[in-house]
Order: sequence, then C-alpha cells, then structure tokens
Amino acid sequence: MSGVRVLVGTRKGAFVLTADERRRQWEVDGPHFSGWEIYHLKGSPADPDRIFASQTSGWFGQVVQRSDDGGSTWGQVGGDFTYDGVPGQHQWYDGSLRPWEFTRVWHLEPSLTEPDTVYAGVEDAALFKSTDGGESWHELSGLREHPTGPSWQPGAGGMCLHTIVAHPTDDQRLYVAISAAGAFRTDDGGKTWLPINKGLRSGEIPDTDAEVGHCVHRIAMHPSRPDTLFMQKHWDVMRSDDAGDSWHEVSGNLPSDFGFPIDVHAHEPETVYVVPIKSDSEHFPPDGSLRVYRSRTGGDEWEALTEGLPQRDCYVNVLRDAMAVDSLDSCGVYVGTTGGQVYASADSGDSWAPIVRDLPAVLSVEVQSLR
Amino acid sequence: MSTTEAKQTDVHVHTVRIVLPAHLRTIAGIAGEVPVTVEGAVTTRSVLDVLEADHPRLAGMIRDRHTQRRRAFVRFFACARDLSHDEPDAVLPDAVAQGSEPFLVVGAMAGG
Repeated sequence: MSGVRVLVGTRKGAFVLTADERRRQWEVDGPHFSGWEIYHLKGSPADPDRIFASQTSGWFGQVVQRSDDGGSTWGQVGGDFTYDGVPGQHQWYDGSLRPWEFTRVWHLEPSLTEPDTVYAGVEDAALFKSTDGGESWHELSGLREHPTGPSWQPGAGGMCLHTIVAHPTDDQRLYVAISAAGAFRTDDGGKTWLPINKGLRSGEIPDTDAEVGHCVHRIAMHPSRPDTLFMQKHWDVMRSDDAGDSWHEVSGNLPSDFGFPIDVHAHEPETVYVVPIKSDSEHFPPDGSLRVYRSRTGGDEWEALTEGLPQRDCYVNVLRDAMAVDSLDSCGVYVGTTGGQVYASADSGDSWAPIVRDLPAVLSVEVQSLR
Repeated sequence: MSTTEAKQTDVHVHTVRIVLPAHLRTIAGIAGEVPVTVEGAVTTRSVLDVLEADHPRLAGMIRDRHTQRRRAFVRFFACARDLSHDEPDAVLPDAVAQGSEPFLVVGAMAGG
C-alpha cells in the first residue's frame, strides 16, 4: 500500500506524520530531539529509509542526525562545519565587514542517486558536502570565494544558504540561493559558480538590478523541466526558462507578491504554488486569511485556494522550507505554519485539512511518497 | 627511584564531578553527574579535554572545536562562583579537584 511520510521540523523538535494514500488518517510520531530547533529534515530519494536532520541550538551549536529506518530511531553524525581556508569577510546589516562565522545548517539536500551523499546549506552562507552519510563534511568553497562574496549581506534571518536544487540528470549542475546574495549555479559539481540574478529587481539595495544582493527566498523546479525555475523573492515571484540565465516576473494577480515558499506540482510542471504574505514588515497573510495560491499557467494567473484553510483572524507565517508536494497519483500539497499547524491537501490544493494544529512553530515540511 | 617513576608519582589524579545541562546529557547519553578522571592540574581546559575525550559527541557544544573558546551562551560555575571568564588554564577550586563540589556547565539564562 502506498502512503506518505511528512517530516516536520519545528522550533522545539521534529515530528514524523504518516498516512496511507488517502491522506485522511494520520499518525503523529514525536517530538524527536525535543527542545532543539530542527531547521530541516529530508529523506534520501535514493534510500527513503534514510533521513537527515539539522538539529541546532543557539546555546550548544550544530548537530546532524541521521535515521536509517524511516525516522523511528536516530543517531548523531558529524557536526563539524569548518570553512575551507581563511573564511574572509562579508557585509553586515549596516554595510560594515564581518568575518564569516558558522552558525547553523539551514537546509539538507540528499543526493538524488547516492544515499551517502548529502549537501548542507549553512549560515554564514556556504555549501558543504558529505559523501559518508553525514559523518564528515567538506566545503565547496568556490561558492563562498566567488569574487562577489565580500558584498553579500544577511537577510533578516541571517546570511543563510537555504535552497539547494539538484538537476535531475546532470550531477554537475546545482542551484543554490542565499539571503541576501541571490541565486547561483554550478555546472562543474561545485568548483565554480555563476550568479544567476539577471532580471531580478530589489528595492532594498542601492543598485536595484545588481549582480548580487537580492534576497531570494526560495527556488523550485520540476524534474521534467530542469531549465525552468520558479522563484519566490523577498518581493516578486519570478520565472526563468534558461536555467537561471534570465528571469521575468510572474506575480500577476497575487494579492501580495511577498512570501517565502514556492513549489511545483508533482505531475504538472506549469502548476505552481505560493503563499502570499502581506509584507516584509508584516509576516502574516493579507486580510488575516490563509490562502495558498495556485497557478496552472506557470505564473501570472493565480487562484486562491481556501477550502479548509482559516479565512479569518489568521496571522501565521509559512516559512521558506515549510511547503512540500508529494508524488502520489493525486498530488498532495503540505504547508506548515509558525502557529504550529500542518495543513494537507490530497487533491492538488483544492481542499485542505489540518494534520496537526498545535505543534511548536513549524520551520520546515518535507514529504516522502512511499510505494 | 627512577626519574620516570618519580614523575609518575608526582602526577596527581583527580575525579571531577561535572554537571551538564539537560540537552547535553541527552546528546552524551548520560544521566546525572559525569565523573571525569583528570591527571595533573585541574583546570577548565583539562576537565573539558577529558569530558570531550570520553564523550566525543560533545565536541563543539561547550567550546569551539578549533579555537577552544567557550561558546557565548555557555557558562561555568563552581563553589558559588562564576568561572566563565577565568583563563582556561587557571586552577579550579580545591573542592572541585577533591570532588566535594561539582563543576557546573550551564546554559545561559533564557526564558520568560
């Protein structure tokens, strides 16, 4: 029997939510690592029983956990993220220079094909890779050492590398996104990197269409169209059809084009989901109404999805890693909120129901489709 | 007595009691106090060196794994004193070395 396993990272632990393919009755397992911030956990596409989790604490630092049995039991693996060489400096919020300093792992991206290979996006922004199941990590330092590095600056959440998108067939090509530097692409397995921010315009930087400095919040790709990328920027929803070489805006009729997550339907590469948020100073949905917006035209034309979502007095946020889609025949969509709810739709977003309502603030949601 | 034997008899061995915060006890898989056996001078550095050798999963969680600096939100107390800002090679109070008082590793106050 097929089913899904939803992996939820929260401010105070991790939760594993499971259901069969109908996605109506859920089992809730957790909290794992209770009391710790779980920024992200994600399963290996090459071995679904293998899950990696970023466990972090402002007091005690970084831990990486790994499960080899689908999240039932966990073991601590390596947490040593040492920058390659002398780390150098980047801009602080006020434009002064600060040395690169590791704070935490924001995002773990397991390889599509190798169960022992996993990438980690960290704050201060850098990309690390492990080829031994997370036990040891080495930096792909060509990114941090890009000549634009000294001009990178933190977004409100820190200077984090939060998005890692792997090309489905070309293992030399990766996309990453950094707040607030922008998007970058490598075509040689991480040795060299190209800023891919042409077409982005950001009012928060002196040169609005600069090569770097853009606060990209999230990038999504459908594996059948690896040259087409969708981006939720600080403001603006953007699209590229040339692997990031150029971007154009597809915000269209959204009530706000500010937001954090963006994702693509599992079976329809032109169907895209976002969660509009009122503004960068008001991190809650417009009108107190939580609406996921869906475009079936690859952007520009958006429809509000509201059935089963709170439509009044709702002032939660949905963070950048807190939306996911499953790949069952009827595509499921999941969003987690800073109010501790995880909502699921088993019909591509037409209708929603809460899986849980009272978790700690949700930082990330991923889903594994089990067959 | 040979020189080597003399040196051996000069080395004092102490059992120091360490109290860790709950999260670090979980990481290390221990309950209650952690006894560590320290040879020679009992200092913050020597105590933590043994603790991390006995429990490698704690590396980097109390002090930076490379610079060995105390993490910003971690403090060290003993005998009703705050030792957080003492030099890491300063000798700890006799009561800690003798085991009559524990060495406390404390997460900085948080809550509300």
